[in-house]
Amino acid sequence: MDEPPVLELRGITKRFPGIVANDGVSFDLRPGEVHALLGENGAGKSTLMNVLYGLYTPEEGEIRIKGTPTRMSSPRDAIDAGIGMVHQHFMLIPVMTVAENIVLANEPTRERVLLDYDAAAQRVRDLSDAFKFRIDPNARVEDITVGQQQRVEILKALYRNADILILDEPTAVLTPQEAQELFEILGTLTREGMSIIFISHKLNEVTEIADRITVLRRGKKIETLPAAGATEESLARLMVGREVLLRVEKGASTPTEPLLQIQDLHVTDDRGIEKVRGLSLDVRGGEIVGIAGVDGNGQTELIDAIAGLMGSDSGRVLVAGEDVTNESAKDCLDTGLGHIPEDRQRRGLVLDFSLAENLALHDYDSQPASRLGWLFPKRLVARAQGLLEQFDVRGGGPQTHAGGLSGGNQQKVVLAREIDRNPKVLIAAQPTRGLDVGAIEFVHRRLVEERDEGRAILLVSLELDEILSLSDRILVIYEGQIVGEFAPGVSEEELGVAMTGGGRKEAA
Amino acid sequence: MTETPPEGGGKVENPRQGGDYAPSVAARVAVWHKAGGIAVPLLTTILAFFIGGLVVLATTGKNPLTTYKAIFEGSGLNWFLEVGSYEIGIPWTESRVWFPWDTSFNSFAALNLQQTLIVYVSLVLTGLAVAFAFRCGMFNIGGQGQYLAGAIMAVWIGSELPGLPGFLHILVAIVAGALSGAIFAGIAGFLKATVGAHEVISTIMLNYVALWVGVFLFGLGGPLQNDNEGGESVPVSNDVLEESKLNVFWGDPLLQGLHVGFFVALAALVVYWITLNRTTLGYEVRAVGFNPEAARYGGISVARNYVLAMAISGTFAGLAGTLDILGWQFRLNTNDIFINSIGFVGIAVALLGRNTAIGVALSALLFAALLVGTSTRNLDPEIFRPELASNLTTLIQGLVVLFVGADVLILYLFGIRRRARQRQARTQA
Repeated sequence: MDEPPVLELRGITKRFPGIVANDGVSFDLRPGEVHALLGENGAGKSTLMNVLYGLYTPEEGEIRIKGTPTRMSSPRDAIDAGIGMVHQHFMLIPVMTVAENIVLANEPTRERVLLDYDAAAQRVRDLSDAFKFRIDPNARVEDITVGQQQRVEILKALYRNADILILDEPTAVLTPQEAQELFEILGTLTREGMSIIFISHKLNEVTEIADRITVLRRGKKIETLPAAGATEESLARLMVGREVLLRVEKGASTPTEPLLQIQDLHVTDDRGIEKVRGLSLDVRGGEIVGIAGVDGNGQTELIDAIAGLMGSDSGRVLVAGEDVTNESAKDCLDTGLGHIPEDRQRRGLVLDFSLAENLALHDYDSQPASRLGWLFPKRLVARAQGLLEQFDVRGGGPQTHAGGLSGGNQQKVVLAREIDRNPKVLIAAQPTRGLDVGAIEFVHRRLVEERDEGRAILLVSLELDEILSLSDRILVIYEGQIVGEFAPGVSEEELGVAMTGGGRKEAA
Repeated sequence: MTETPPEGGGKVENPRQGGDYAPSVAARVAVWHKAGGIAVPLLTTILAFFIGGLVVLATTGKNPLTTYKAIFEGSGLNWFLEVGSYEIGIPWTESRVWFPWDTSFNSFAALNLQQTLIVYVSLVLTGLAVAFAFRCGMFNIGGQGQYLAGAIMAVWIGSELPGLPGFLHILVAIVAGALSGAIFAGIAGFLKATVGAHEVISTIMLNYVALWVGVFLFGLGGPLQNDNEGGESVPVSNDVLEESKLNVFWGDPLLQGLHVGFFVALAALVVYWITLNRTTLGYEVRAVGFNPEAARYGGISVARNYVLAMAISGTFAGLAGTLDILGWQFRLNTNDIFINSIGFVGIAVALLGRNTAIGVALSALLFAALLVGTSTRNLDPEIFRPELASNLTTLIQGLVVLFVGADVLILYLFGIRRRARQRQARTQA
């Protein structure tokens, strides 16, 4: 490990109005290593990589590629310097084939103007075979899985002769199996001499895949340490700056009678595709039922149908024994439903509203918030004051606009609103998506507390860790049906098999 | 807890990139709007006047400041500046005392100001019509059509029903006029709520419907053409009956003094503010305007609010048309229907006023003063050419709308200066 680094960032400082996103951060990458960049949301990981990729110009600092100082003024410079970046959200054109996507902007041509498609496909096939990617160059991108799309992105970088690869939160969109396959591919790449920067906030995968780990916190580099010997606990402490409980502490559940009952529900989405196909489940008071599944298997439609935001074709939804099938959102809420929506910015909050107004989103039209259509803003503020304190919302008071809060605090506002209504059934959809470790801890603890209060909690999440650590029962959803029920002790592998339809025969 | 530093809310969390993300232009503009408040509209106006001045200079060679002074005086706003000693009509005295304005009812400035305020009434209301829809996330370009719907209804009711007592007659005409504006705009809201027809398209189309209905009704041989003697060749409605005309409370009714509709406009500003900020309806409208998806999730009927907000918008515009008819026009001829554009000026009023009550109140005054101050009646050819006059109004109006749309650009220019200063500060340090 005494080789000179292929890449060095020295003292990078990048400011945005009011924020120092990177504060004198130094970072180096040795040949053939996987160097993980670890930090919470807002720690400055993406900013640092965007500086490296030529998307931002830093105010201070220097970038050295193989020892020579290099100016990155656009992604073009970065690509020329051998850097390839795989964004969290893929930059692929869905209607084009794999080969077309990969050669885009560097197409092999015939007579300088015509695309030589066969040559392109052949080169892609060669690359794919060399690294065991198993990708069909002639498949259309929209027809292949997310995991394969990610490999197409990696191939694109390889095609451009990259020897440094940046992966931004690559596992966020993958199933556990796909993540394992990705790790194998990364292993192959490093053996071939590629160097990889792996951005993540997931502790377990960082310790698994990385050779070295650099931890960022609030724009500053905290430490670079070898992965060998690093524990999840020690990394969490570095990341957050204090001791963090990684495991949710919860006692045994004491389930009562079923509060949420779904019977043979069928839901068709806007495009006329049946997304929920005869789904039945029960959630009893005092238990957390987790729904595990790969994104797009009907979770969103299931939640929307329960919450009255989407009509169902047939079947029944009962909240606390009352039939709310195809009732309006308002009726569902009034029957005793709380709903922490999947997307707090698009749906959970009105970002331009104050926190006081946001907290009143469900009961602005009933006493004490209003009377006979007359609104009492002071009462909204007074109520918000108490709730913000109770849920430890920081970064603003009742009059602050919701858009000005960090993600964790926004989610606490949503949580406060839904829990304060004292619902019998609480739907928590992706309750910790995009949150940092500290906020996740808070949300999880609160959900367990609400369970102990006797509420029925339906947890829908794409994070298996979350499902495993919170749920009292785990149901696996696949293509709009529940295909299996598991106890919380089940292994990720077993769940993963069921999530991709493998466990169908043993379906409960 | 790991919170972002409290740096004044300039940072908006983005789920994809967390706090690593630089605030987008839109996010920064939102902050500016909140922080800057009146600064940006003010700057916009000054810039528009500056460019308008350059045009005056280039086309006529006259001093733009003289031109603007002439407009100012033409609008009658100089009335407030005529400080002096006047008879203020204290009972049993005829002595003259110091008073901040000219109290004689027929000073030239007072006459001009009355005209400005008459236009102000319609601009406040058409401005509110656009602003209210904006707050519900819709762009109501149909103010003109809704204004006409109100005017047509008012002239019809006002000229019929001779037996009705005056007060009742006025009330019926106003309610009917406002209601027809509401229904007319409600159509666009209903289409948006049910089939998703975009309100910009449908309100533009409805403008033509109102226009041609008016032309048909009052045109030659139309069912509501006047029945005056020898009036068959004049495409105009009947006159509004005497008892349904609004009282003039300032100035001479024969010289088109200021009618009591002025107070209706002021009341409308208050109603607008109260509705939006102090009622559950306003809460719903704003929630839908900011984020329809979140509103729906919160249990608010988005469709219902689209229809309601449009209808309320139309009420304001319909009221404008009604008050113009009952207050000073008294009749409607097809030519007026063609050339009237007060509903469109309402768009500029709302944009510059940032859709707030106080903003609309101020920007309506600006546009009313411009319209009256440049009307040919008040022109001195020595100062600028008559043919430039009304064009200058339109020009400034256009520039304001353009700059309101482009205030991102203005902020950007601001940003450049700020950054330059920071850089300078750093190099010095």
